[in-house]
Amino acid sequence: MNPILTLRVALRAILRNKLRAFLTTLGIVIGVGAVIAMMAIGAGAKAQVEQTFAAMGTNILIILPGSTSSGGVKGGYGSMPTLTWDDLAAIRTEVPAVKSAAPSLRSSLPVVSEDQNWTTGVTGTSPEYFDIRNWPIALGGAFSQADVDGGAKVIVLGQTVVDKIYGPNADPVGQMVRVGSTPFTVVGVVARKGQSATGQDYDDAAFIPFTTFAQKVQGGLGKFLQGQIMVEAVSSEATSRAQTDITALLRDRHHVAAGEDDDFSIRNLSEIADARQQGTQTMTLLLASVAAVSLLVGGIGIMNIMLVSVTERTREIGIRMAVGAEPHHILTQFLIEALSLSVAGGLIGVAFGVGTATWLAQRFHWPVLVQPDVIAVSVGFSGLVGIVFGIYPARKASQLDPIDALRFE
Amino acid sequence: MSEGVIELTDITKVYQTGDVALRALDGVSLHVDAGEFIAIMGSSGSGKSTLMNIIGCLDRPTTGTYVLAGRRVSGMSRGELARIRNRVLGFVFQQFNLLARTTALENVELPLEYGGVGARGRRERATHALERVGLANRMHHHPNQLSGGQQQRVAIARAIVNEPKVILADEPTGALDSRTSVDVMAIFQGLWRSGITVVLVTHEAEVAEFASRVVQVKDGRIVSDRRQSPKRAEPGQAAEVTA
Repeated sequence: MNPILTLRVALRAILRNKLRAFLTTLGIVIGVGAVIAMMAIGAGAKAQVEQTFAAMGTNILIILPGSTSSGGVKGGYGSMPTLTWDDLAAIRTEVPAVKSAAPSLRSSLPVVSEDQNWTTGVTGTSPEYFDIRNWPIALGGAFSQADVDGGAKVIVLGQTVVDKIYGPNADPVGQMVRVGSTPFTVVGVVARKGQSATGQDYDDAAFIPFTTFAQKVQGGLGKFLQGQIMVEAVSSEATSRAQTDITALLRDRHHVAAGEDDDFSIRNLSEIADARQQGTQTMTLLLASVAAVSLLVGGIGIMNIMLVSVTERTREIGIRMAVGAEPHHILTQFLIEALSLSVAGGLIGVAFGVGTATWLAQRFHWPVLVQPDVIAVSVGFSGLVGIVFGIYPARKASQLDPIDALRFE
Repeated sequence: MSEGVIELTDITKVYQTGDVALRALDGVSLHVDAGEFIAIMGSSGSGKSTLMNIIGCLDRPTTGTYVLAGRRVSGMSRGELARIRNRVLGFVFQQFNLLARTTALENVELPLEYGGVGARGRRERATHALERVGLANRMHHHPNQLSGGQQQRVAIARAIVNEPKVILADEPTGALDSRTSVDVMAIFQGLWRSGITVVLVTHEAEVAEFASRVVQVKDGRIVSDRRQSPKRAEPGQAAEVTA
């Protein structure tokens, strides 16, 4: 008996009791539907969290100079310059997991236009900084490497600074401002980034080449880098590898003996992101167990109805055996029937779940993401449920004695 | 004595229920040549049904050997017996045993499905079998749209569709009126004349008259075995079987 014929016989048997078949599959429908809908919502929420962190930069490491490491009182990170410009060059060239690195020298300084002034955090950095922070330029452009090399007096402003000294929606590109007493030309404005998780205004900032910053603010470009280094790893997966490699590199360059504390500190933003995602994972696990219970109940429902079906069709089984059906034919037939029921339930469940997710997305503006692999796994799992719970009734049918089956009223 | 199509040697069948052993068959030996029309007679409880089930490979003897069409079937597995039933035997039952909500044609195709015949072959052979029993114009009817006699003719078509060596008929006229019974017996006689061995189980003497040999079973033993010249069944409205 070929598979198509077996499937046809199974489908015909199912369609003879449409309502019963539908009610039987309901457990699977609800289970799969819940999984699809919940996973879509979960994935949407996760994507949103990831997006938030991506705005900060997920694969970013911040290297802070070390504390006064030896002898008594520790001064806290950043209290003593330990990072050198050569360290930055070495990080850029010697660590493969690093995509780019930029210095970040900060100071709070007044930015003054012709009639307004605003004190903001001025950062001396290199052009890579904007890529690392994933921060596009809205107007004009960033300063160039040539500006850095030449110590040019150019400045990129944050939106808040523009608002404060030029008014909202002004285009200050080409205007002159003074930082402290030094005149700068505004070459660009960075796009609005909003607030950080702690309420800090990212847009209250201004950026100038680090060479200029070192000369005009820090009194000259020395051996030590008086600030932080921001590093972007090649991918979020590579972030921890980059962290390990940079630690090893800097320990080696600073001649830190084994067992001694680092004279620098590396902060990893993706660690914070991971902590957030663990919350999502717990939620997903919870939903998965609810779905598993629902599928289990659905499977028992299928087993129940298959046992009823075997009893009802005992005589049919006898007839089939009399005309030459072997036990494995009967086994296959009932297994296919159980499988058809459960897979049909799975498919209806997918439609139901996708529908629910779409509706939620529209109704409540929730971020929803339907993943194809979740659909495949759900349908596959419902098929598995059909086989697991169909095997006992099918075996029972195939083991029937043909004489008893034929005599069955 | 040539090797018969059915060779039963010293067959016993014992049903064990608790401490009580019921000896349904008690040393039955039977030799049936190809082309015989044999009626097995006996009252209920005589063991004729058990004998029929063993001949039909639906049941296995407790002891003894059974050779069917040159193959020793006693000791075969359930699967092997199913294949023998499919290829060597054809069954006709008292209660017709057709699949409900399934057309006559599909009922007749059923043995071919398990025999692995392709869709076109099934259709051709099933159509031909239904033509042989005179039901060419009822092929797409469901059993509940057919009379008892017509249903039994569908069952006969199903029994012959795989060109079996032996047809087993268990009280085939038990659920039919006398007029229709004669029609059905005429079909069996036609099949017998075309060379198929027919084994008929009945308790009615009038029905046994149409056979060429009558075997009496009582208390699990064969008590008489005689050959006779069969009474010719004159079909009424039903068409004569064409070979």
